[in-house]
Amino acid sequence: MKLLPITLAFFVSSCCMGQSIESVKLESLQKRIKSSDKILVINFWATWCAPCIKELPLLEKLNQDNAGVEVLLVSMDYDLDPDIEKVKRFQARKKLQSKILFLTETDPNAWIDKIDKRWTGALPATLVINTETNARELVQGELKDGQLETLIKKVTN
Amino acid sequence: MKSILLSIAVVLICAASPIKGYEVGDTAADFKLKNVDGKMVAMADFKTAKGYIIIFDCNTCPYSKAYSDRIIALNKKYASEGFPVIAINSNDAAQSSGDSYEEMVRVAKQKGYDFPYLVDDAQSVAKSFGATNTPHVFVLTKELKVAYIGAIDDSARNADDVTKKYVETVVDELLAGKKPSVTKTKAIGCGIKWKSA
Repeated sequence: MKLLPITLAFFVSSCCMGQSIESVKLESLQKRIKSSDKILVINFWATWCAPCIKELPLLEKLNQDNAGVEVLLVSMDYDLDPDIEKVKRFQARKKLQSKILFLTETDPNAWIDKIDKRWTGALPATLVINTETNARELVQGELKDGQLETLIKKVTN
Repeated sequence: MKSILLSIAVVLICAASPIKGYEVGDTAADFKLKNVDGKMVAMADFKTAKGYIIIFDCNTCPYSKAYSDRIIALNKKYASEGFPVIAINSNDAAQSSGDSYEEMVRVAKQKGYDFPYLVDDAQSVAKSFGATNTPHVFVLTKELKVAYIGAIDDSARNADDVTKKYVETVVDELLAGKKPSVTKTKAIGCGIKWKSA
């Protein structure tokens, strides 16, 4: 019984290190979208974007609570600053648990439409995709409390 | 009864559909907004203009900061040719205090803006144009026809890395009496901070 707090402490520390951040090109992001067997929630964000930072807890909570959903936080920082370390420091400071990808593409006009034609390119933007049926919902602007759950239901039904 | 139901339906449909804004080829409505010098400015005030470079911009967005020198350069190059820059800040200052009118006055002075920097308090101009990002450019002809909607160029990070100067290309073509070879582009940017409904 005495072991429980120690085990718990070990579990907490190992769980909360945060996953490594992967640099990806658009093509591998698109492959990832196609190959996921869960409902995908892809959030396009950046460390400089205040409304993005404000809504991160909603995505983190979803990532923790719903095993049927894959949350991907796609950092768009590269467009202004190619240094991935800034994103890594941000992840550590905020103790982010969701998977973070660092998209290393230039010339946004060439690929924004490939992610979603409705997307203006403004941050934040969030895509909810049912990879089986290809039903997808796009939110542009800051997420409201409960909105992700509503959209997940919408693409599931 | 039928007509009442119909009008309710129409109201509901209108309320549900997002604001579309202008498409390329549409004719824009003129506006009258307060400049950082306290005077009201409309496009019609530019009597000799051959067209307009309307830029939805702000003080706070890192993209706006990255582009501010390029916006100043656009006005330097094209105002004398008849295509003045008019910058408009539509951000809700209640959410973004750095975009208050006082801060706009300060930034315009500090950066030495020699073009109007207008405050769109009611956000009605951004809505009628369909502006979504900062900076978001609309190049208009003298007749206020929308010729181009989108980004200034293809590299926000570094002006030296630019390979496609979208706005310059469009304005050069319009000045030469040609049809713009590019009419719509997209860029990553900050969303306009809309007032909560």
